[in-house]
Amino acid sequence: MPDAIAEAPHPTDEELHVKHHFATADQQMDADTLGMWTFLITEVLFFGGMFAAYAVYREMYPLAFAATSEFMNVKIGAANTAVLICSSLTMAMAVRAAQLSRKKDLIKYLYGTLAFGSTFLIVKAFEYHAKYVEHLIPGPTFHPDNLAPQFQHNAQILFFLYFCMTGMHAVHMIVGVGLLTFLVINSYRNQYNSNYYTPVEMIGLYWHFVDIVWIFLFPLLYLIGHWHW
Amino acid sequence: MATTYQTTPEAAAEEPVNYLNVEHGWKSWLFTTDHKRIAMLYVFSITLMFLIGGSFAMLIRLHLTQPQGLFPPEVYNRLFTMHGVVMVFFFLVPSIPATLGNFLLPMMIGAKDLAFPRVNLLSWYLYIIGAIFAVFVVARGGVDTGWTFYAPYSTTYSNSYVLSAAMGVFVAGFSSILTGLNFIVTVHKMRAPGMSWMRMPLFVWAHYATGLIQILGTPVVAIALVLVGVEKVMHVGIFDPNVGGDPILFQHIFWFYSHPAVYIMILPGMGVISEVIACFARKRPFGYEFIAASSMAIAILSFLVWGHHMFITGQSVYTGIVFSFLSFFVAVPSAVKVFNWTATMYKGSVTFESPMLYAFAFIGLFTIGGLTGLFLSTMATDVALHGTYFVVAHFHFVMVGGMVVAFLAGIHFWWPKMTGRMYSEPWARFAALMIFVGFNLTFLPQFVLGYLGMPRRYAAYPPEFQVLNVLSTAGASVLGFSLLIPIVYLIYAWKYGPKAGNNPWQAKGLEWEIQSPPTTFNFDETPTVTEEAYNYGPLEEKQVA
Repeated sequence: MPDAIAEAPHPTDEELHVKHHFATADQQMDADTLGMWTFLITEVLFFGGMFAAYAVYREMYPLAFAATSEFMNVKIGAANTAVLICSSLTMAMAVRAAQLSRKKDLIKYLYGTLAFGSTFLIVKAFEYHAKYVEHLIPGPTFHPDNLAPQFQHNAQILFFLYFCMTGMHAVHMIVGVGLLTFLVINSYRNQYNSNYYTPVEMIGLYWHFVDIVWIFLFPLLYLIGHWHW
Repeated sequence: MATTYQTTPEAAAEEPVNYLNVEHGWKSWLFTTDHKRIAMLYVFSITLMFLIGGSFAMLIRLHLTQPQGLFPPEVYNRLFTMHGVVMVFFFLVPSIPATLGNFLLPMMIGAKDLAFPRVNLLSWYLYIIGAIFAVFVVARGGVDTGWTFYAPYSTTYSNSYVLSAAMGVFVAGFSSILTGLNFIVTVHKMRAPGMSWMRMPLFVWAHYATGLIQILGTPVVAIALVLVGVEKVMHVGIFDPNVGGDPILFQHIFWFYSHPAVYIMILPGMGVISEVIACFARKRPFGYEFIAASSMAIAILSFLVWGHHMFITGQSVYTGIVFSFLSFFVAVPSAVKVFNWTATMYKGSVTFESPMLYAFAFIGLFTIGGLTGLFLSTMATDVALHGTYFVVAHFHFVMVGGMVVAFLAGIHFWWPKMTGRMYSEPWARFAALMIFVGFNLTFLPQFVLGYLGMPRRYAAYPPEFQVLNVLSTAGASVLGFSLLIPIVYLIYAWKYGPKAGNNPWQAKGLEWEIQSPPTTFNFDETPTVTEEAYNYGPLEEKQVA
């Protein structure tokens, strides 16, 4: 709890947004936090299925994966990674601003997070388009240039995983952008202050989680071919 | 909510305000966040899906009365697939948690509702959306892959409605995740003062363990189905051997959920049985701590045994040995429960009301189902039995003899609490007996058939198996008919049954201390718990109404 709350007179249950079935605001906050973390554990397992598939196939076809990975644009991937890390910073600052009842800062940082998140998605769309132009979409049209013939066959699997994993990550980003928009609208309506900032903090947790997924995806998909023993 | 009416003064005089009569009109149901109303929505939805899945079962048994079968083989493939999909994902997984768990879990720990009431309602809507997909698939002619959606058949070769069925299961999976998430948070954060972990009813422990499996397992099957869907739509391969993909990887990912899922389907049933036996033996369950801990042990070990579904599908023998050992190991906590229930009844004041009859049936049938599971976790015998009716019989002993019977035990035990009315006990006993007889007549012959070598999932069989198959179909007819009887008398009781009072069984537990049917917030004041659970004494003189 921030210090500001101690100086203020005791807030009522209504100001604390305590729902009928909770005894205290603390109990509600605890439940919301545990609920969000539990949901994130579910998400870890959801992505975990694909990471498991990645591990199995990379073990089976290490050279094909390394060769295929060289088709990824490391510079763009690295730039996008930096963009996402910045978005996590602004998200953390937005949560802090909400805790301190600084409405202007809250809105500013939420817009910052939105901007970084949208930038990431737009860059990702251009990357997908480049892959399409280069015939790197798995399936009947899959014809990578400059790939050693012995890898042509198994290269599809890495690209399948690439599109599924980054695609599922992008879906989560789009949901996140929607949630941030919801936060911005409610912030203009003075919904969040030091008495009640649960949604900002919970959506913040979600946003950080989606960032962390990318932190794993970037090296696994982009960098393995650029590391020469 | 626009359509809310005041009850008439006369009605109010005879029936105190409760969760059922506090509001009226369809909107008050479809937009409710009351865990009890959502539980009743689930009761009706899963019963409907049970009837659909049950009709497929009857058609399967009808088909198998003739060695060459009554329907064309393609139709038969769709029948057993739709039976499996509907029953597993739309009845068994949500059955007890979404109905009895939803209704009772907050009451049992002294809470006014689950932690996230709106999420709870969302889970029901997700279930309905998933069910609509499933019903759509049924209407369009079904799926023929088996309920397991094995690749590459599901991804490449099947021309049936795999995608819609997978979509339905995917969506219903999230309904299950949200239920589990709600239970976990509620148990952690919403217990009344004095309700320590070791004072929680075993029903709550079982649902907590179930919730863990739901949140850890279900997302994995969801992603497996997404990958199958992408592969099917885009004509690309991750499970396709043509590009170096591994179909067995699909089986690994699928069973990583689907084996724990059978414990999603049985743990809540074990919770119900623990409550029922304690009440009708009038004793605290023998070894309460061990039963609680065994639920948690099952939840953990269930994630380590999935490979026993793949002993004959190309998994390495050494992997198989480990999975075989762990599968034996997971039988230990289940056996702990069975022994403890039996020990609870020893020197107890046992009475034979209908919920207890179902509990007896559960112990016997689950023991047979569990022990035959050991045949299948032995690698050598599994090679002979895996592809046969033995597996069908084993699975149905656990799922029907276990979960459906436990569901009926729970519904009979808590129906007076849910509706405030008592059903006809003679009819209930008659139905319980018929279900037990019908069930055994259906599935005992299937053990023999499997042992003799009749393959499962085949549309035809050698003529020498006909007698046992006809016997099984006769049993299925008895079972199917007897399962309809409770539907009739329970609904009748809700409307016309005598008032049950708050605690017709003189049972212990917070849910029996409040009004029947309960008010919207269950408790006027948050109760303080001062005693252990199951503080049973001898039965007091029954009040004759």
